[in-house]
Amino acid sequence: MDHLSKLENRSIHILREAYAEFRNLCMLWSIGKDSTALLWLARKAFFGHVPFTLIHIDTAYKIPEMIVYRDKLAREWHLDMVYGQNEEALAAKLTFPDGNATRLECCSRLKTEALKHTLDGSWPRYRLNHTTGQYELDKNTEPYTGVIVGIRADEEGSRSKERYFSPRDKKSDWDLAEQPPEFWNQYNTDFAPGTHVRIHPLLDWTEVDIWEYILRENIPVVPLYFDRGNGKRYRSLGCWPCTKPVESTAKNVAEIVAELKTGKFKNVAERAGRDQDKEDGGGLESLRRAGYM
Amino acid sequence: MLELNNGGDFREDMAIVIVGHVDHGKSTIVGRLLADTGSLPQGKLELVKEICRRNSKPFEYAFLLDALKDEQSQGITINAARCFFKTPKRNYILIDAPGHVEFLKNMVTGAARAEAALLVIDAQEGVKENSRRHAYLLSMLGVEQVAVLINKMDLVQYDQQVFENVREEYHDFLNQIGIRPAAFLPVSGREGDNIAYPSERMSWYQGPTVLGVLDAFQAGKPPVEKPFRMPVQGVYKFTSGGDSRRIIAGTVETGRLQVGDEVVFYPSGKRGTVRSIEAFGGVATGNEGFLGEPVTSVEAGYATGFTLNEQIYVTRGEIASISGQTRPQVASRLRVKIFWLGKNPMVYGKRYMLKLGTARVGAKLVEIIKVLDAVSLNINRGEEIQRHNAAECILQLERGIAFDLAQEMPFTGRFVLVDNYDIAGGGIIQEAAEDELAAARAEVWSRNYNWQTSIIPREDRIREYNQEPILILITGGKDVGKKPIAKILERRFFDRGKFVYFLGIVNLLYGVDADIKRPGYNHREEHLRRLGEAAYLMLEAGMILIVTARELTQSDLDLIKTIVSPSRVEAIWVGPEISTDIAVDFHLERFSSHEAGAEMIEDYLLKKGVLQGFN
Repeated sequence: MDHLSKLENRSIHILREAYAEFRNLCMLWSIGKDSTALLWLARKAFFGHVPFTLIHIDTAYKIPEMIVYRDKLAREWHLDMVYGQNEEALAAKLTFPDGNATRLECCSRLKTEALKHTLDGSWPRYRLNHTTGQYELDKNTEPYTGVIVGIRADEEGSRSKERYFSPRDKKSDWDLAEQPPEFWNQYNTDFAPGTHVRIHPLLDWTEVDIWEYILRENIPVVPLYFDRGNGKRYRSLGCWPCTKPVESTAKNVAEIVAELKTGKFKNVAERAGRDQDKEDGGGLESLRRAGYM
Repeated sequence: MLELNNGGDFREDMAIVIVGHVDHGKSTIVGRLLADTGSLPQGKLELVKEICRRNSKPFEYAFLLDALKDEQSQGITINAARCFFKTPKRNYILIDAPGHVEFLKNMVTGAARAEAALLVIDAQEGVKENSRRHAYLLSMLGVEQVAVLINKMDLVQYDQQVFENVREEYHDFLNQIGIRPAAFLPVSGREGDNIAYPSERMSWYQGPTVLGVLDAFQAGKPPVEKPFRMPVQGVYKFTSGGDSRRIIAGTVETGRLQVGDEVVFYPSGKRGTVRSIEAFGGVATGNEGFLGEPVTSVEAGYATGFTLNEQIYVTRGEIASISGQTRPQVASRLRVKIFWLGKNPMVYGKRYMLKLGTARVGAKLVEIIKVLDAVSLNINRGEEIQRHNAAECILQLERGIAFDLAQEMPFTGRFVLVDNYDIAGGGIIQEAAEDELAAARAEVWSRNYNWQTSIIPREDRIREYNQEPILILITGGKDVGKKPIAKILERRFFDRGKFVYFLGIVNLLYGVDADIKRPGYNHREEHLRRLGEAAYLMLEAGMILIVTARELTQSDLDLIKTIVSPSRVEAIWVGPEISTDIAVDFHLERFSSHEAGAEMIEDYLLKKGVLQGFN
């Protein structure tokens, strides 16, 4: 079996285990290439269906094309789409673009806090009504106990320490030293009341694997990843004030793969365009411990 | 026509793990491997050097891996980190497992994924506790390809005698636990000797480098020639968009499945013929050239799904096999070899969860045959199994599960044990131990195997009747009101529009049991078996069945559960004191009237959601 098929089959196995073991299961969809590839894997795992909720944390600073693309796929693929955001921080302008927070504080409020409270149901959730095409306040406030996340071990140091199934405590904290073992296709699917488990089906994938898979499967991705004439494209997507495009003329997926394997990005870290990483001494660890993805 | 198999031309990859005692230099070797194969992302080396400069620390290759702050401050690897490098032959995923004993569970997590292992020993310190323990765990985990790196040769002036002494000592130990290393290599991670390049400082050593040894290992071949096994992960019927497929999904562990094969499920014994092998959108997508073709066969390693011609009811946890091939075994009492990683020792009497394939069942430790110190290999007879020890023991399961012997079929012969919420140990099955329910299970298996299946699927009946078939078993002492309560309960369910029936054990006595009803003759087990079979028929028909029987014991309940499986049983005890060893789901201790008692049972069942259409 070739490398991509091996990765694909293991990820599908993990997704099916998650579906079998968690009643309140959701998947985080950041609209980026990784979680979109993960969404595709879910459709393969469940033979064209996605039998759980997709959650998007909308910081209100996402590049607008990302939201357009999100809603287009949600309609076409009949996704149970929900978004949440930190309405208080946005209303009080406690953000980096407003000049009232450092980049890290801003990430912590708009992403980490918003995610925590969207997952546990304590802040409003907005669910796509497929009949009207509008998002409506969701009446269901039950916490999600299983959360599927598209992180990869090669992204940066702390992510390489994750398990496929990683328990988080009541405060969403990650007790790195006390993670239970995981082996022989058996995962930690039991959890204490009030806690939840994060599930990482893409842990063994690399950035190149993701692009080669997108190419092989012809998965639609948001066009921001491609050069559309100005010699720039995004390599990693985030909020516009903190994510810069890179100089690149890759116009399609095949050209991106070539660029990553042999071209100018062969040895350049993927998140080099993410400014918040640099504030943290080279790791996302302080954010991740508090629940960042 | 498309066959999903393991053939074809592609670049191999291999997962390897690096293990050994703390501070023997694993991370340095990994850092060196990454640097010398040009596998570091640009900027990573500079970043780590910059952090070292800021913290006034000399740069070490190990820091490349120990990217986490608190790891660097403690100077030890606490988790299994993954990194990637390539040789002209294949791509490697290298798992760096921690050497500190506190983090043995992380070492196991890393090592269990590997196809081969590098065991690192400090030439100065020689064989230490975890050099032995890690080797023992590798043998339990089934990692057979091993090379031993005797590291820090630069600190012993590259002395051949030091190398030979360590090699001799370790070789003897490995022999005892059945590990035959492919090679012993003298290396220095810090100086780069014999890692990617042959050392110029040890002319006495003519063997391969670490990269050479790795490239000589065999990449794992999927076990396609073994009997077919697929643990059922789920049975999917997603009706949206008019999808009417009923797909049995799972990952093929061993063997090969073709359209037209007759599959048999264990432990139930149900069988059917494969109508189609399913893929996304009804057809396989992906690799160039086969878009849109129907899949006709699938092999070990594939996450797949299939439909059957027959509408049989199977559940997650069963193992699919092919008729005519070696069968999986079924038992509820197992002789096993385990290793324990839990904070608390494994003790008698406590309920653990055992997970094998996709099955999940309560398990108790009933006999410790021997406890093995994985470091000294000394054997003890303990009263409990301490953290980091191994043991041979007997486990009693709450119901029979399907499995294979680890020696013959490792993938379906191993399991983990869950203590509270965490995986706390792992084990391999040596054999089925003697077991009281074996006869009943064999009878049930044969009944299911020969069953004439209706064309109406179970889930259609559940939807139509808006109820899940369930056996409500009411037991307790003599004249406590079991029967009047059961009859009132039947009436109440009936008035809610449920298909429900009351069956007292006496109703069978003069009919079904007439041939064995002789005074003074104890046919209790046969009476219960027939009760179970009668209940099975009613449950198959979709009914909610209420049965009363006096003073049932746990083994009575186990027998009935075995016979009516997979339907749910709710055991209820009526009366102030439970006079047998039975563990019930609900205890109706006190009630003011039969009417009130029935209402309390009804409340309990409603809260549990048993009257809803879907479980």
